Amino acid sequence: MDFLTWGRSPWDQPILTHLSWDLLWASLFAGVVFLVAHASYMVLSAHRKRQAAETDAMEAALGHLPERITRHSLVARLFHWVMAASMFTLLFTAFLPIAGIQFAWVTWHWVAGLVLTGSILFHILHATVWLDFWSIWVGPRDIPELKAEVLRELGHDVPGPKSGKYPLGNRLYHLAIVAAGLSVVATGLFMMVRVRTPFLTRNPYLLSDSTWGVTYVLHGMAGVGLVGLIIAHVYFAVRPEKWWITKSMILGWITRRQYLEHHDPDRWDVASND
Amino acid sequence: MAVIRDVMPAFELFQPASIEDAQAVLGRYGADAWVLAGGLDSLDWLKDRIKRPQALVDLTGIPELKGIRPWQDGLEIGAMATLTEVVNHPVVRERYAILLEAAESAASPQIRNQGTIGGNVSQDTRCWYYRAGWDCYRAGGNICYADAPEAINREHAILGADRCVAVTPSDTAPALIVLDAQMVIRTAAGRERIVAAEDYFIGPGTDITRMTVLQPGDLLTAIRLPGEWSGARFYFEKVRDRKVWDFALVSVASAMVTAGSGTGSAIERVRLAVGGVAARPLRLSAVEDLVRGRPRNEATAVVAANLAIEGAQPLRFNGYKVPLMRNLVKRAIRGVEATTWTS
Repeated sequence: MDFLTWGRSPWDQPILTHLSWDLLWASLFAGVVFLVAHASYMVLSAHRKRQAAETDAMEAALGHLPERITRHSLVARLFHWVMAASMFTLLFTAFLPIAGIQFAWVTWHWVAGLVLTGSILFHILHATVWLDFWSIWVGPRDIPELKAEVLRELGHDVPGPKSGKYPLGNRLYHLAIVAAGLSVVATGLFMMVRVRTPFLTRNPYLLSDSTWGVTYVLHGMAGVGLVGLIIAHVYFAVRPEKWWITKSMILGWITRRQYLEHHDPDRWDVASND
Repeated sequence: MAVIRDVMPAFELFQPASIEDAQAVLGRYGADAWVLAGGLDSLDWLKDRIKRPQALVDLTGIPELKGIRPWQDGLEIGAMATLTEVVNHPVVRERYAILLEAAESAASPQIRNQGTIGGNVSQDTRCWYYRAGWDCYRAGGNICYADAPEAINREHAILGADRCVAVTPSDTAPALIVLDAQMVIRTAAGRERIVAAEDYFIGPGTDITRMTVLQPGDLLTAIRLPGEWSGARFYFEKVRDRKVWDFALVSVASAMVTAGSGTGSAIERVRLAVGGVAARPLRLSAVEDLVRGRPRNEATAVVAANLAIEGAQPLRFNGYKVPLMRNLVKRAIRGVEATTWTS
């Protein structure tokens, strides 16, 4: 299997052209293997849930909280679904032709790319100004939570610690999607000068041949990586034990019990913070 | 780079006697096989050592692919029928004169004796950046050298460009589209697939490395001409740099049925297609819809021509194609004698 595809420049020098599309199949395969392995583990393993008594006690103590806790504002949900729609459009328009389903994909692709870019810019602004910006990031403070999650997955009964607004898995996923998403958007915006759009004058010589090669390879790597990431995301979104998170991205709220069961009220203070 | 060495790289030559045998070889070699019809497109590629197939499948020994025969109320032309055979066929001459004109306008008599109609519609583009062997989009790379700021692109596309600006070189393609021809394809799986001529050709937006729907292993076996448009009022014109042996800068083909034969008679049915302006021959469906029911006169021709060029995006050196196409469409509607050429 090749990782990179090379061509020859008019000066007969070797130039990178793009990522080998064999890696698309590798990413698809890895995504499917992961979800099969995870699903099998969840069915067969002795992973532990938190003790219900722990949540009962908290609910008794914090009964003054509303029955429904707002988790995602309408604006945040709209952003998520617009981004999801543009991401699926991008992946399908990018990879279906490679898989042999031919159609005029380029315009759909760059339009969806612009929608994704716009939604990301909006998200950065929205998260910075109106949301708790740091609640989605991971850092050293999350090590105890990571340790507890791993132990729980391995079948141990571990009380606390709990996450803030976003479970650790969400935050790690967000980190990966930020890296892949920003790579694909940044390279994609440069690549737009190579196709006809109403916004830019075509100029295939904006960058040198080798820089273009690296740009195409990065775009391909990020795109191929997103295939695996999206498979994992959709898989977790439909898993029964994660459904409450997915539901909150549709309806905007979670129940008080779900809040107390999965979140640390000190790290996500619903009284003062969205 | 394209240096003609006249010594082709080594390949296995197969000369099957049946379509099944040909497809067996194509299936065995997959993308490394090359289909040889008349050889007029293929031998350039091979002598320039740009295409290096492992196996060459020569179709000249397959009788099923040859000849021209009656089909329902029309005609079936074998894909390996030469352009000269098409031109000389009495039924083509009598009922499908536009195909005769288009085939006769292709290249030189010697080339028409050797070139096949299947090869004519399936040949690759003549963009010289691509034919020179540079790794452009069409060759699997990520650049169009013909759509760069300093590119020499006098012969390239004004419509339908999508990264690649190469144009279709086929002269018979616009004529086959207006005749509503059916392309008979034997797929790699051995099934027969019928594709309308206008859908046989694909643009770079759909697949930038191919010009037709043919996939590796597929064979175009015949072209069927239905009777619907036989004997219609035809118009074909090909404008080229030299009156002999040159590819079209712009070509136009139309088939029309009018309510009467007089000037200004209403257009009842019409099909229009142009070549040389896009990567695929373009059927002008919007123009057809516009002129249907209108009188065949100068006013109709003018509005049709203006609509035809809507959306044209000329490159640095091919702006002349816009008025050229506009005037050819006018002529296709109105007829050459009655049309005023405008710049």
